[in-house]
Amino acid sequence: MGERERSVKYTTVSIPVTLYNRIKRLIEGTGFTSVSQYVTYVLREVVAAHEESLREEPFTDEDKERILEKLRRLGYL
Amino acid sequence: MVSRPHGGRLVYRVAEGHRRERLVRESRDMVRLNIDLERAIDLEDIGFGVFSPLEGFMVQDDYIHVLDDMRLADDTPWTIPVTLDADPDELVDVREGDEIALYYDGRPIAIMSIEEIYGWDKRRHAEKVYKTTDPGHPGVEKTMSMKELLVGGRIELIGQAPNRFEEYTLWPRETRVLFREKGWRTIAAFQTRNVPHLGHEYVQKAALTFTDGLFINPLIGWKKPGDYKDDVIIEAYKTLIKHYYPRDVVVLAALRMNMRYAGPREAVHHAIARKNFGATHFIVGRDHAGVGDYYKPYEAWEIFQEFPDLGITPLFIREAFYCKKCGGMTTEKTCPHTEQDRIRISGTKLRKMLKEGKIPPPFMMRPEIAQTIIKYKNPFT
Repeated sequence: MGERERSVKYTTVSIPVTLYNRIKRLIEGTGFTSVSQYVTYVLREVVAAHEESLREEPFTDEDKERILEKLRRLGYL
Repeated sequence: MVSRPHGGRLVYRVAEGHRRERLVRESRDMVRLNIDLERAIDLEDIGFGVFSPLEGFMVQDDYIHVLDDMRLADDTPWTIPVTLDADPDELVDVREGDEIALYYDGRPIAIMSIEEIYGWDKRRHAEKVYKTTDPGHPGVEKTMSMKELLVGGRIELIGQAPNRFEEYTLWPRETRVLFREKGWRTIAAFQTRNVPHLGHEYVQKAALTFTDGLFINPLIGWKKPGDYKDDVIIEAYKTLIKHYYPRDVVVLAALRMNMRYAGPREAVHHAIARKNFGATHFIVGRDHAGVGDYYKPYEAWEIFQEFPDLGITPLFIREAFYCKKCGGMTTEKTCPHTEQDRIRISGTKLRKMLKEGKIPPPFMMRPEIAQTIIKYKNPFT
């Protein structure tokens, strides 16, 4: 593996200048060092919450029956 | 509601029935790569979804993102590289795109589709993961002894290394069903590699005051010399639960997962694993997954600030101690008294007493637990 710089690549997303300025004021004196850093943080939080609503059941009814049988056998239920 | 699996989908890469039989047969004609118990344990954790969304050992893109950014290439939080190492002479007949059989102790336990074979810089790995290259750090020592190449690709389990704790082992699919059956909507997970003392019990019960259930999930597998043996930890917890917990609010299950002693990074790794088990909250203790003085006592708390999208809530509960004036276990947050009134529970001191067959004072360790431990001729690894 050769020398590599930080591997995250960035792209540009446009936001209104008014919002940009508002965030800039908001992050003064906080741990956030740039508007981009703040926006990334907030978006990750929002995206994760949105993904939460798209959850799938990870196993079938048949799997569930087998699991319940094991849990009873081991004394968990 | 139990947590959503990390990355959105619970991985299950375990061949069953006829498919398993066929793969076992086919594995005999494949190139064989022998692996040790630690890699066999990683394989289990991948196959049964503890490491969801990982479906195999990391390819280079994920590996580098994890080192540099603590995220997989698709931006999912991930802090500890999960890699398979091999020497070039073991891979002479292997090309990217091949399927190989991974053997542990003479038995095929997984089929791996080779996606990538790549070199790595052990020193850089150690600096990033452990924040030190000191060979005295057990994780660094292990890293430096690993082989020259890394092999990435999806795996499918066709067997398992023998597990002495099978009756205490539950996998994420199973705990998810169990928590639902119990009607728990909020579950606090407690990670441990120690026997419980009063401080641990305090922290667990503090979490349990506002969650429906407590998931005690001790790690079994490789630990550094001087740590408690796996069966001692399990027996000590069984004793604690029997005497001091209502039965319907606690689940005890062992997890075979390798300790890395990577402090803050490993704390996040432990949280992700428990999220896959369905836990909604994760207790992050003092010097979580730390060793020696390599990490600050509460450094593991700080790292969680970088992951607003982790999907499991960390519970930062300060170290509990006995206060003579309060007359019980308390923390710096809840006790107004001075250090002279406080008795800190030292793991080292407890180990020394137990090694000498002495029962620690009851404000440090429940006598029933101490009795359980000293029944063992040598309770330490």
